[in-house]
Amino acid sequence: MNAISQPPANIIPAEHNSGAVTVQGLTRRFSNGPPVLDRLDLTIAPGEFVALLGRSGSGKSTLLRTLSGLDPVTEGHVSRPRDVAVVFQESRLLPWKRVWQNIILGQTGGKAGRERAGEVLEEVGLGHRGDAWPLTLSGGESQRAALARALVREPAFLMLDEPFAALDALTRLRMQQLVAGLWTRHRCAVLLVTHDVDEALLLADRAVVLESGRIRTDLPIPLDRPRRHDDPRFGHLRSILLDALGVHDDD
Amino acid sequence: MSETTLRHTVHTARPVLTMKPHAKFQLRGWHTLRRYLSPVVLLLIWQIACSTGLLSTRLVASPTQIISTGWSLIHDGTLPVNLGVSLLRAVSGLSIALVAGIGLALIAGLSRTGEDIVDAPLQIMRTLPVLALVPLFILWFGIGETPKILLVALGSTFPVYLNLHKGIRSIDPKLLEMARTLGLSRGQTIRDVILPGALPDLLIGVRFAVGISWLMLVVAEQVNADSGIGHMMMDAEDFLRTDIILVGLFIYGLLGLVSDQIVRMLENRLLAWRPAQHRKGQPV
Repeated sequence: MNAISQPPANIIPAEHNSGAVTVQGLTRRFSNGPPVLDRLDLTIAPGEFVALLGRSGSGKSTLLRTLSGLDPVTEGHVSRPRDVAVVFQESRLLPWKRVWQNIILGQTGGKAGRERAGEVLEEVGLGHRGDAWPLTLSGGESQRAALARALVREPAFLMLDEPFAALDALTRLRMQQLVAGLWTRHRCAVLLVTHDVDEALLLADRAVVLESGRIRTDLPIPLDRPRRHDDPRFGHLRSILLDALGVHDDD
Repeated sequence: MSETTLRHTVHTARPVLTMKPHAKFQLRGWHTLRRYLSPVVLLLIWQIACSTGLLSTRLVASPTQIISTGWSLIHDGTLPVNLGVSLLRAVSGLSIALVAGIGLALIAGLSRTGEDIVDAPLQIMRTLPVLALVPLFILWFGIGETPKILLVALGSTFPVYLNLHKGIRSIDPKLLEMARTLGLSRGQTIRDVILPGALPDLLIGVRFAVGISWLMLVVAEQVNADSGIGHMMMDAEDFLRTDIILVGLFIYGLLGLVSDQIVRMLENRLLAWRPAQHRKGQPV
């Protein structure tokens, strides 16, 4: 049962380089096909919010899986902080544990666990649902719980794998605001994988566009926070990103 | 099972909800009444046929006769003693089956080597009709309690093993990935993710096992035994006592129903995390 083994040992914990995430020459291919990731270099500074964009099959998810330790590093070097957390597109809560038990899953804390879970749930606006069964939560609530489960670990590096893709438009806006707020308070490094250019512009310090396993565009987003969707300065940046993604504004 | 069909009837009658509350209540009352009406009518016809001599009591005893025989069997201690013996056999056999089935499923489900060693022989053995082993069991273990308990145990081990094994193997891989990213150890993953995830399948297996255990018991007690419900029925055959045979049948039916209800209760308690509509659709 290879699915339940510990994270691969060849990811170097980045304690000596102040908690940054560094990827050097990372190459990954599946059964002799073209490489999914091709000699990729990427650095995420501590506390930096990076959005990772790209079309389907561009290698976004593979990069995130490698960084989270789910996929092995076969070629190249990856170093990252020891304390990481991942939020996936599906909340992946254990249906047989109450929400608060899911939050502190695998945490050693004893009696304080319940209290700690309550605090984090309060922070994501889910304080009243701590005792609920996960299958009774709405899509937005589930993702809030998944965020709480990530935050309770106080990660130095948070990975978000299209966390709002399955939510309706209104819920998505609210969740984006929530993430912006959480990040301002916790200041962990974040890698957000998304399809949504506006989401990247709203949240990230930097947008990285992947194409065929290589970085095609690495675009700083030097806008003040809090940002708003109707910010007129989005226009220029949006067209650069859309262009990099192969979508042209004037079509 | 009658309970499930009853639930289904109520379920399909959902549009009724738009009616006034008392109208809905009346309709549901009528539904329940209609469901019980036809068995009662059948019982009446049976009684009349026996009373008028249309049906010979040598073929089948009348309902009133069955009730009075049942009553006297309880009073002279025959029924309680035999029931006790049968229950003990079923419970012992089922306990062995649970321990063996769960143990084997854990070995096969949690390690590849374990699966290679355990799964193939069990898959071969499960195709054997267990009841065909009766002659061999008598040769090996004589006619005491051992062959009966073992027969029950053997028959009900397979559903427990097969369902739990399937349950462990079909855990959502996304949850296992999640457990890895949360840094759960293998022990924690088994305890918090795999076992609770496989519990619904285990309970389905237990329900099958309970049903099979009664089937095994009937055969074991009728082939050779000097006590138990089955023996009581075989004994009655020698004296053409159809009333006693029918009392035995009734008891077997009751035992099956009660044990099924117990497992159901267990399911409702242990699987409280499932949404209500999910629980209804379970296979019987």
